[in-house]
Amino acid sequence: MAISESDVRHVALLARLALTDEQVRHLTVELSSILDHVSEIQSLDLAGVEPTAHPFPMRNVTRPDVVRPGLSRERALLNAPEAEDGAFVIPRIVGAEEEA
Amino acid sequence: MAEPRRIVDMTGAQIADAIARKELSAREAAEAALAEIEALEPRVHAFNQVTPELALQAAERIDAMVASGESLPPLAGVPVAIKDNMNLIGTRTTCSSRILENYESVYTCTAVERLLAAGAVPVGKCNMDEFAFGSSTENSAFGPTRNPWDLERVPGGSSGGSAAAVAARMAAVSLGSDTGGSIRQPGALTGTVAVKPTYGRVSRYGLVAFASSLDQIGPFARTVEDAAAVLQAIAGKDPMDATSVDEPVPDYRAGLEAGVEGLRVGLVTDMLEMEGCAGEVRAAVENAARVLADLGAEVGEVELPMSRHGLSAYYVIGPAEASSNLARFDGIRYGHRVKDAEDVLDLYMRSRAEGFGPETIRRVMLGTYALSAGYYEAYYGQAQKTRTLIIREFADAFERFDVLLTPTSPTVAFGIGEKASDPLAMYLSDVYTIPLNLAGLPGISVPVALCSESGLPIGAQIAARHFDEATMFRAAAALERALGLDMTPPLVAERQR
Repeated sequence: MAISESDVRHVALLARLALTDEQVRHLTVELSSILDHVSEIQSLDLAGVEPTAHPFPMRNVTRPDVVRPGLSRERALLNAPEAEDGAFVIPRIVGAEEEA
Repeated sequence: MAEPRRIVDMTGAQIADAIARKELSAREAAEAALAEIEALEPRVHAFNQVTPELALQAAERIDAMVASGESLPPLAGVPVAIKDNMNLIGTRTTCSSRILENYESVYTCTAVERLLAAGAVPVGKCNMDEFAFGSSTENSAFGPTRNPWDLERVPGGSSGGSAAAVAARMAAVSLGSDTGGSIRQPGALTGTVAVKPTYGRVSRYGLVAFASSLDQIGPFARTVEDAAAVLQAIAGKDPMDATSVDEPVPDYRAGLEAGVEGLRVGLVTDMLEMEGCAGEVRAAVENAARVLADLGAEVGEVELPMSRHGLSAYYVIGPAEASSNLARFDGIRYGHRVKDAEDVLDLYMRSRAEGFGPETIRRVMLGTYALSAGYYEAYYGQAQKTRTLIIREFADAFERFDVLLTPTSPTVAFGIGEKASDPLAMYLSDVYTIPLNLAGLPGISVPVALCSESGLPIGAQIAARHFDEATMFRAAAALERALGLDMTPPLVAERQR
C-alpha cells in the first residue's frame, strides 16, 4: 500500500501538523511501509463479524444531575500560554474583511 | 530471600513492616530512596522530575501516624515512582513531550491518589516514550532512559523510567501505563514484575489518554507480593472514569501462597514458534511451563492464530484513537504555543509540529489516515473486526485453561539506537503483549531467567480471564518462589559492595 507525498500533505492538514518537505518525504516512506504491514488484515475473511470498539459490552453510564465542584478558573488557566481577564487569549478568528 | 543490607534493597512489604514495627522511619526510607536517585540518576535517567519535598511531606505524615499509634495504611512509607503521564498536584506532567514541557498538574490522577492514600511516598515522575508511543523510552524529548542491567541498552518502553527506577532500587514500586505492552515489556527487559490489569480494573482518570479503549494503569515491583499490594490499592470503580468497572476487588495477597496444584496452564505454542522469538526466550518460557507442571499444574498446549494479526489491528486502532486524543494539544489552553501565529489554523499547525516529536507525528499521521474518508472501512473497520475474533479466540482458550503462558518480549533488552531508525522493527517488540490489550485481559510479566550469553533478564507473560488477577498473581508467585532468581542488576550489585 504505497501512499503519495500529496496524500501525506492532505493528512497533515487534517491532523493540523505543519510538516517540512523533509518530514513529508520521510513520512511517505515510513507510513507506506507501516501500512503495507498492517494491510495484511485486509486479506482476512471478516464477513459477518461484528466490529469491537470496546473490550466489554458497556451501557451508557449516567450520574445524578447535581452540581459538584469542578476545576477552578484559576487552575484551568494555570497552564494557559496566554490569558487575560480570566480568559484564554487566542489569535483573531474572524478575518478583517468579514468583520467589516 | 537474603536479608537486605540496604534500605533501598528492601521490598515494599518489608519497608511497610519495618515502619510498623518502628525499626525504620518513613523519613529514613524516603531519604534512602532519594539518595539512591541522586547517586544513580546521572547514569540511568529514569526520572523527569524528582520530588523530595512531596516525598518528605508524605513520609512525615506516616511518621506522625506511627508516633500517635494510629493504624497504618498497607503501603505506609513505601517509596513509589510515577510515570510522567499521570497527574499529581505539585508536579509537572510532561508525557516526556516538548509540548507539555512546563505543564503543571491541576488535579491528581485517581490511581496516584489511591496509592498515596495507601501510604506510598512519591519520589518522582518517570521518563517514558513521548505520550507512551514506543517500546524503548528512546522517544522521550528529554533523552533516553538506560537499562540498569546494561547502560548501553534500552529498558524497554514506554514505561521505561518506571521499570528502571524499580530495577535500580531508586523506588520500591512504581506505576506505569500499558496500551500495547508498555508495562509488561519494560518489566521483562529490566527483570521486574510488571502488571497490566483487566481493562476497567483501574481508573484512567488523570492518566493522559493514548488509546482510550486499550490504556490501563498498573504496577512495577521487585516481587509479585508488592505488585499485588499496589494493584490492591489502586483497583476499583471510580465515578470519574465511566469505563472503570464495578467488580469487587478480592484480596490479591491472600492466595499468593496457595500454589498451582490443578491449575490449568496453556502454553501458547505458536507464539513460541514465531519467527523473531529468540531461542533463549523460548527455552526460558518452556522451562517455566515445566516448573509449573512440576508444582502440580496441568500444563497443556494451545494455539492463538488470530493473535498473530493483533499487531496489525493494534497499529490501526492505537494510532486512530491516539490521533483523536491528541487533538487536544492545540496550543490554546495549555502546552507549547508558537509566538507569531498569523491565525488560529497557523497556531494549531505550527504549535503541534514544533511540540510533537517524530514518533508522535508518525502515530498521529497514521491514525488520521486510517480514519480518513475512503480508508476508514479498509483499516479501522477491518481492525475492529479482527479485534472481535481475537477476543473470541481468547474466550475459547480460557474454557480449557485458567491461565495462558507466553513470552513477554521476543528478545532481551536491545541496544540504544539499534531499532531507532526502523519503526516496524520496534513495533514487533510488543507482539506478545498487544493481544491482551485488544481483548481487555490482565497480564503479568515475571522474570524467568537470565540469558546465559548476555546476562540480561527474560520475562514470561501470564494472562488470565477478565478480572481474575488473583489467579494470575497466584501462578506468578508460585513461579517466582520455585525459580528463586536473583534479579540484582550489576549496577545495583556495585552499589551494594
